[in-house]
Amino acid sequence: MAYRDEKLHEEKVFKDPVHRYIHVRDRVIWDLIGTPEFQRLRRIKQLGTTYLTFHGAEHSRFNHSLGVYEIVRRIIENFRDQPFWDDDERLLCLCAALLHDLGHGPFSHSFEKVFDLDHEDFTRAIILGDTKVNEILRRVDENFPQDVADVIHKTYSNKLVVSLISSQIDADRMDYLQRDAYFTGVSYGHFDMERILRVMRPMEDQMVIKESGMHAVEDYIMSRYQMYWQVYFHPVTRSAEVILSKILHRAKELYIANEYEFKLKPTHFESFFLKEVSLEDYLKLDENVVIYYFHIWKEEEDAILSDLCRRFVDRDLFKYVEFDPGNQYKELIDLKECFNEAGVDPTYYLEVDSSSDLPYDFYRPGEEEERLPIHLQLPTGELKELSRQSDIVESISGKKRTDHKLYFAKDLIEQLPEESDIKKRIYEILKG
Amino acid sequence: MLEDHARLMAFFEQAQEVVGRKRLQKMVYILKKCGFDFSERYSFHFYGPYSEELSTRIEELCNLGFLDEAKEKEKGYYQYRYHLTDRGAGFLSESGVTTSNMGSVIQKMDEQSSKFLELVSTMLYFDNFSKEEIEDKVRTVKSQQNYTEADFEEAWRFIHDMKH
Repeated sequence: MAYRDEKLHEEKVFKDPVHRYIHVRDRVIWDLIGTPEFQRLRRIKQLGTTYLTFHGAEHSRFNHSLGVYEIVRRIIENFRDQPFWDDDERLLCLCAALLHDLGHGPFSHSFEKVFDLDHEDFTRAIILGDTKVNEILRRVDENFPQDVADVIHKTYSNKLVVSLISSQIDADRMDYLQRDAYFTGVSYGHFDMERILRVMRPMEDQMVIKESGMHAVEDYIMSRYQMYWQVYFHPVTRSAEVILSKILHRAKELYIANEYEFKLKPTHFESFFLKEVSLEDYLKLDENVVIYYFHIWKEEEDAILSDLCRRFVDRDLFKYVEFDPGNQYKELIDLKECFNEAGVDPTYYLEVDSSSDLPYDFYRPGEEEERLPIHLQLPTGELKELSRQSDIVESISGKKRTDHKLYFAKDLIEQLPEESDIKKRIYEILKG
Repeated sequence: MLEDHARLMAFFEQAQEVVGRKRLQKMVYILKKCGFDFSERYSFHFYGPYSEELSTRIEELCNLGFLDEAKEKEKGYYQYRYHLTDRGAGFLSESGVTTSNMGSVIQKMDEQSSKFLELVSTMLYFDNFSKEEIEDKVRTVKSQQNYTEADFEEAWRFIHDMKH
């Protein structure tokens, strides 16, 4: 029997708190799960620094990847024998679902920003490079790794296949919304996925939803909206991300200046600092390694590096105030000067963080946009964009609340002498 | 702080006016591929490279009063017209961000249609492939656009001019 068709003697199941069970029958999927590159995802948290806000949010990219695989497996089961669905694409969809986040690095978002990296490039590199994952995919077919990479990269010719993993109502979002809600313990984020799966229909270039399922989709859109503001964009999580970024910038600055003797040399970070990251270097760095460095760097002689690491590890985060750059940008310039005058380096202890600094997105109905909207299929067969049929979705779609906050080390300002003019000035500016 | 916002404002200052969200997306992507410093990350969407980060940042700039967005009805659909406001110009001059001169590249893009910029940006998205592979990829992912040999030739010339 060809490797692509090989089934396990007995179905394997993973217990899962979101989907109850994750079912694996294909030999290829089982082999991929066992690779070091996929197992590495156990050491990358799904929500980065969110565990410092919601203590339950310790779940990993490994959990999520299995979850996306399971949702796609169920969708495909429903699609079997339906028009527009080609069951020859089944294994490709399952592999792409399982591997779609393979290239995420430690604390993905902050890391990528500081080092100007893109996890999608590494996902591609792992799938196409000299790895165990590539070895397994090539056993299916010589072109199979490229096809999997193209689906994840959204450039595969069959757009229906792409839309299962990446569209405005895809398996990726349906898993992370429910999983993140479960592990953070929040009450929003829940919706009736079973219902959505039952009303999904394959079409030529996309999945559409039967009109009778509109209310389940409304719930999904609302939960996405709520999760964005209540969890993903939580100001305490953002504060931890600000500190994390500052640590990486400081370590890089010290390393590049080449005048500072680290007690623990940043060996695992060197190629990141020098912008020469190989796949091998990338795969070696996971969150356990990063946290180890931060622990040891608490003892560094560089006061800024050791203080920032202490703050991150001991969760002594920056405080924040609302900030409106539109009306307050002159105050920001004053504030920087005051921090400098007070001997508190604003490069490391003052930051404006904006909502656009985060990658999470809202539902957009299309218009001139690039994004394919969610389409409802009316009983006549006609397709209608969701927000034109649903008042609830119409009221929140395409409208983004934007938000800016100013983060700062309040404790360092408090330590300034009570009578000092500079302290008074800083507080005056911060109070607006 | 807010350097990414300032870099975008510098683009609007030099472009003076940008019409169309899709066009805006493609222009920033092409500039980025020409080596200009924009932090917004792009991924491939149904109609080519698209940046959700750019779209959010534009919305922020509008909400802050730094950018003016006018919605206009055009042949049965809405289009958006953008220009930098006085407040945006004020912020930009005080931001301390040094920006490159993008004028000549912007001018070349201004002379082209949105459909053409869509083709160029999609070709640039696959620039790690060979010339033949790029054309094959574009024909696959944008099969409905029916690009001709002449379109590709013109796009290659344009890319060459932009990068040299």
